[in-house]
Amino acid sequence: MIEFYLDSRSGVAPYLQLIQQVRQALRLGLLREGDQLPTVKDVSGLLAINPNTVLKAYRELEYEGLASARPGVGTFVTKTLTDASIAAHQQFSEDLLLWYRKARAAGLDSESIDGIYQQTVRSALQEEAV
Amino acid sequence: MTAAIEARGLGKQYGRRWALTDCTLNVPAGHVVGLVGPNGAGKTTLINLSTGMLAPTTGSVTVLGKQPASDPGQLARVGYVAQDTPTYAGFSVEDHLRFGAHMNPAWDNALAQGRVQQLGLDLKQKAGKLSGGQRAQLALTLAIAKRPELLMLDEPIASLDPLARREFLQILMEATADQEFSVVMSSHLVTDLERVADYLIVLVASRIQVAGPVDTLLATHHLLTGPRREAAALPAGQQVITESHTDRQSTFVVRSDEPIHDPAFSVASLNLEDLVLAYMGSAKAGSPHLTLEGTR
Repeated sequence: MIEFYLDSRSGVAPYLQLIQQVRQALRLGLLREGDQLPTVKDVSGLLAINPNTVLKAYRELEYEGLASARPGVGTFVTKTLTDASIAAHQQFSEDLLLWYRKARAAGLDSESIDGIYQQTVRSALQEEAV
Repeated sequence: MTAAIEARGLGKQYGRRWALTDCTLNVPAGHVVGLVGPNGAGKTTLINLSTGMLAPTTGSVTVLGKQPASDPGQLARVGYVAQDTPTYAGFSVEDHLRFGAHMNPAWDNALAQGRVQQLGLDLKQKAGKLSGGQRAQLALTLAIAKRPELLMLDEPIASLDPLARREFLQILMEATADQEFSVVMSSHLVTDLERVADYLIVLVASRIQVAGPVDTLLATHHLLTGPRREAAALPAGQQVITESHTDRQSTFVVRSDEPIHDPAFSVASLNLEDLVLAYMGSAKAGSPHLTLEGTR
């Protein structure tokens, strides 16, 4: 079971934040196929948000084929997003850490580092798309 | 589906002053409705007309398809928590529960007892000795345990501290998910309603300025900034809510069902607070009465 949170300053709609957190948990292996998601009642009560917001997030997850609702029981994960690549995560994370330390040593602040990373990923995605 | 609240030309006059003017509404059931407006805008009047505590001067209102408080059956379907969540100061918590059980045919005693236990309230404690937050929770417990189809709350959290507000909204949302009732909740603070309401009514100076599902309202309102231009020069489909100008630049909040393609303007979306403030500002500026969202 995972516990949701909301970042009120992110500007991202609450239902999207819930979806992102489920996807993230799936990718990190925190949620696996067959796991139950918190009930609508529990999420509404915990975060003090409209139940329709939670329902909307869960319906979207169903639409994406990541979860399925069993009436009267709850919503369950139907797919795992982790694959063979998860084993490689650690290595990439270490590589990135080395790169980050190099950038810091060169005098870059975290905002510039984040900027470079985002910019690089964006242009790489654009190249792939062409 | 029967509307939670349907009003036609509803108005209420006190002496020479109109507390509510020409209110036409159709709020579908199954929503948590945020009723927002500054103090004295007419929020309490609208709620009191809908509960049957007041009789209208003009027009009519039906709640869940029937006239408010027309018979005991109708009274049982609507829960109402008045402003500042009043309780009987001389009654203990237990007395309140017994009173609630006696007065409400569909009273859910297990639910009431469970909530009181969950809140950690002492059954023997007099309500007058409870903290503001606990009193609000007791009032909410009574309203929920009568198992209403529609729950109306008039500024329930205005006087509470931030923690008590959050706890109140947590219990309210949990019960809404569990019992699937409709909720109408008034507040003069939009931030209180931001995550809770999925339907919004903005009431300013006794008139409804805008009403509709929050998603629709957010999707159809835009903030435009660009080179100076008169409001009259904007396309017909764009209803101007507010405008401000410098000698070179114009800023508009517009309502438009169509996407905005004018390359001269940069288009940004609004959050709920910006949207409400725009309507409040527009009402203050005395612009003509704006059209409201109809039934969908």
